[in-house]
Amino acid sequence: MQATSTMDYDGPPDYRTVGRHALLPNTTHDQAERYNFLAHLNRHLAAQVLPGIAVAYRSEIEPSFRQRHGRAPADRHEVRRALEGHAFYRIWSALRRNAMEMRQQSGLSVVLGQLRELIDRSAGLADQRRLRLDPTLSPPRYLTAVDHHCMPGSYYTERLDQDVSAAANYDSGLFVTTGGLLGRLADGGGRGMVAFLKKLRPDFAPRRILDLGCGLGHNVLPIAAAYPDAQVTAVDVAAPMLRYGAARAASLGVDNVTFVQADAADLSAFEDGCFDWVGSIMFLHETSLAALKRIMAESRRLIAPGGLVTHVEQPRYDASMPLLEQALRDWDAFNNNEPFWTKLHEIDLDQLMVEAGFDRSRLIHEGVHAIADGEGFRDAATEKVEDYGRKPAWRITGAEVPAQGYDAP
Amino acid sequence: MSEDDKQAPLDVVRLAGAKARGKRPYFLEDPDVERVLSIAMAIAGELAVLRQRLDTIEELLETRGALTREEIETFVPSPAHAEARGRWHQEYLARILRILQQQAEAQERNDEPTSSEAGAWMLRE
Repeated sequence: MQATSTMDYDGPPDYRTVGRHALLPNTTHDQAERYNFLAHLNRHLAAQVLPGIAVAYRSEIEPSFRQRHGRAPADRHEVRRALEGHAFYRIWSALRRNAMEMRQQSGLSVVLGQLRELIDRSAGLADQRRLRLDPTLSPPRYLTAVDHHCMPGSYYTERLDQDVSAAANYDSGLFVTTGGLLGRLADGGGRGMVAFLKKLRPDFAPRRILDLGCGLGHNVLPIAAAYPDAQVTAVDVAAPMLRYGAARAASLGVDNVTFVQADAADLSAFEDGCFDWVGSIMFLHETSLAALKRIMAESRRLIAPGGLVTHVEQPRYDASMPLLEQALRDWDAFNNNEPFWTKLHEIDLDQLMVEAGFDRSRLIHEGVHAIADGEGFRDAATEKVEDYGRKPAWRITGAEVPAQGYDAP
Repeated sequence: MSEDDKQAPLDVVRLAGAKARGKRPYFLEDPDVERVLSIAMAIAGELAVLRQRLDTIEELLETRGALTREEIETFVPSPAHAEARGRWHQEYLARILRILQQQAEAQERNDEPTSSEAGAWMLRE
């Protein structure tokens, strides 16, 4: 196909370059092209349309607010309501919402037509010693109120016996939302955390690692591979994610992860102090305030002396972040079924960690971005386009726990 | 979902276009217009897919062999093929008109919270 632009190409890679494993749903030519279209649509909305909102804000929206109220907007909610009165913000929002809905339809179309085959492959591949399901566990209310990011049926719905459709849909179409910035196996978050930890603690040799809200295990696999002597436990409430995750791990040759169905807010099945590293990556924002407090308390209870706790999320809305950026980052909270997102990014996680028993002087704060594996996949560090709240450039909030009996000065 | 339902064939087209739980926000002043926008974007997507497919055919023809115009003009699909093409059309329209399906589903499920309402509820949990 002929193109007229002579600019360097900086768009998403072709969908067909995503990393293959035995569970990844097959795509026809047109299904792959639907993903390509949507990845380009998301990129276009971020790169070409979104900047116009900042212009409108400076030139019309903010001045108009001042004229009406005799002052500048006081917080991100006032900015958001002012934005909602502007046609350009509204059409961008309409298109962004629609792109997510199209992505879900595309993914489910791919998956449901081959679901029985996927279930058979999953059942055949998963090492049953590495999969511990709890059929008595009901999905917590923080997940059931709305379907997160407009994903029909959320993570936990079982459309068929031994279902894996939620995970297959998530895995198949994740490429669309980040345009490949998570890498060929969408594991850039886990790779970023490994790089962070190797730098922080070059000699760290954890025996037991706990990943909270693991989903289908994208991010825990590079961590498990980087610490092959560790026993890794990955917990999630959703059986379809865990079944798929265990089979996917087996397919990719990672055999030191056990996928366990449990709510991160209640991990009473595990003994105190039994993990050397407890972490979560882009999980906390899909919980609730009460669950978050319990997760912090469980993290503290489960961490071994000398261990490390890390939670990865998008940056906090602190005073240094302009209100317009805060309002744009908040879009998913109100328009993409991420109901706890707005509060999670406002909360002082440091304070919650201290209340859960961590030592304030031992808290960790660090930026981390996805490291994208695979030719043609670009790291978030080199991505100039800001798709607020979705670019995989995150913030670690964590804590180190003193070794037992002796806390080095 | 009952156990019986889990054995029945999946209505893939309907399920793929299903609405996510949570009242849908509309952004444009007239929601009717937004639904038309949604349909237009779906058509845009399908046109992109078609254009890519055409490019695929061009590439294959150029690299692997020939295909006459007459063969295209006089092509008659077999009954099974004709049925498959009909099914393609049905699914095509389901994709394009997904928003109407979801609007209909929403009318039956108007007790769902908005994300914002759910967020407020989560602070009280």
